[in-house]
Amino acid sequence: MAVLVLAEHDNNSLKPATLNAVAAAAALGSDIHILVAGASCKPAAEAAAKVKGVAKVLVADDAALAHSLAEDLAPLIVKLASGYSHVLAPTTTAGKNVMPRVAALLDVAQISDIVAVVSPDTFVRPIYAGNALATVQSKDKIKIITVRGTAFPAAEAAGGSAAIESVPAGGSSGLSSFKGAELSKSERPELTAARIVISGGRGMQSGDNFPMLEKIADKLHGAVGASRAAVDAGFVPNDYQVGQTGKIVAPDLYIAVGISGAIQHLAGMKDSKVIVAINKDEEAPIFQVADYGIVGDLFKLVPELEAELEKQLK
Amino acid sequence: MKVLVAVKRVIDYNVKIRVKADKTGVETANVKMSMNPFDEIGVEEAVRLKEKNLATEIVAVSLGPQACQETIRTALAMGADRGIHVLADQELQPLAVAKLLKAVVDKEKPELVILGKQAIDDDCNQTGQMLAALLGWSQGTFASKLALADGKATVTREVDGGLETVELKLPSIVTTDLRLNEPRYASLPNIMKAKKKPIEQLTPDALGVDVAPRLATLKVEEPAKRQGGKKVATIAELVDKLHNEARVI
Repeated sequence: MAVLVLAEHDNNSLKPATLNAVAAAAALGSDIHILVAGASCKPAAEAAAKVKGVAKVLVADDAALAHSLAEDLAPLIVKLASGYSHVLAPTTTAGKNVMPRVAALLDVAQISDIVAVVSPDTFVRPIYAGNALATVQSKDKIKIITVRGTAFPAAEAAGGSAAIESVPAGGSSGLSSFKGAELSKSERPELTAARIVISGGRGMQSGDNFPMLEKIADKLHGAVGASRAAVDAGFVPNDYQVGQTGKIVAPDLYIAVGISGAIQHLAGMKDSKVIVAINKDEEAPIFQVADYGIVGDLFKLVPELEAELEKQLK
Repeated sequence: MKVLVAVKRVIDYNVKIRVKADKTGVETANVKMSMNPFDEIGVEEAVRLKEKNLATEIVAVSLGPQACQETIRTALAMGADRGIHVLADQELQPLAVAKLLKAVVDKEKPELVILGKQAIDDDCNQTGQMLAALLGWSQGTFASKLALADGKATVTREVDGGLETVELKLPSIVTTDLRLNEPRYASLPNIMKAKKKPIEQLTPDALGVDVAPRLATLKVEEPAKRQGGKKVATIAELVDKLHNEARVI
């Protein structure tokens, strides 16, 4: 039986997290189909058809699916699920919103946020904010899974030529409606997909100081993140938050500036390849996980870093 | 309207957990237990609705061993009116919890159920959505704002790109995110008063729910430790190391 991956997309293109979910699906060893559910989502479906290793793309194009409301999207996935052994989605807010609804309608468990596939029925997932890893085996006929993107290398976005097939959408349930969104606009890469991330914490003192980090991010083609403390203090919007309850990132380079390293923050970034910490408190727990720590005043060190990178990148 | 809040007893968020030597799970004996922080936010939100005269009664529900009654008492001390405890000593997975809560909802008929978006022990982030599915209700997950008016709930949700607002037909399920509110501390008089509030006890059998686990935990292990702790003296040295040693820039 084939496996189905729910695509995360904005109707025009695939979100990078989809490619990680495809990689997890590939580890199951069956044919991979992608479901693109949206409104006027043909370009996203065409992008999905090009993903390497994908055998078929299912497209449900309906105005009711424009905003991925769980009440309207879940019945569609449930209808398709009987033909699959596994249904996977990225662990994004969209995936987390709809997949448990699908699982309950199918009367099966969900396996949340897997970080490894042991066998087609056995998976590894973090518990207690990543302080322990549980290996779990599902006894259900259909496995409903969300995939932690940082744990699987992205499938190649090009090289495939899957067939695209239309599937009927179910229309609106009338239970909920989309009223609006305030989405952060940024030219920088998405936090979860960036190769380099620089994050600020409470030590930044004010949102007005974040442009310091943005300058460095732009030099390195990186993304800007923040700790929960910085978000709660109103320095930056919630979508900047790196941590157990925010975004999980694992870039090649993570630079933590003025972040003490609360356990919840470490849970969101400790799988980064290289961690740099800049903090004035040499006892800060962030230094215990940092490959390179530097103790000092960030308002002096960050501009110095910018100048030094300028030299280095020349 | 009647509001139901689900509260889970978990290892306190300040406790550094220890994996058991036989890899069967996490040590819970003699460990401080508390209400799941996201559920505390849920109780607080319900109490605020009552203070605004939007809620008439708040019922706090917890499922698990006898000690869950302490968690219910905490909710009662914060301002919930009465408690329901579904006594279960076996492991309860999210689907089973959702089924038990559905049985309680069928009995209590609330118009709004508030749950934490996830429990900080299993980190599943499933129960609210599953309950909404089983009831056929609307769902507003990861809420950072909740407004009730004219038979509808307007929920601002924390999503990956920022914030999103949805309008939900009541009855509805709302799951809380961190920035919905800051939970109050229960005052001593309220803690005393909470001791007199009623807690009804039920069982999965009495509710007619099969709670058999669907996932078997084969083992629980500690993640690989990170080797950190190196310090550099200057920014120049840092950039040099990042370039020549770590080769990430």
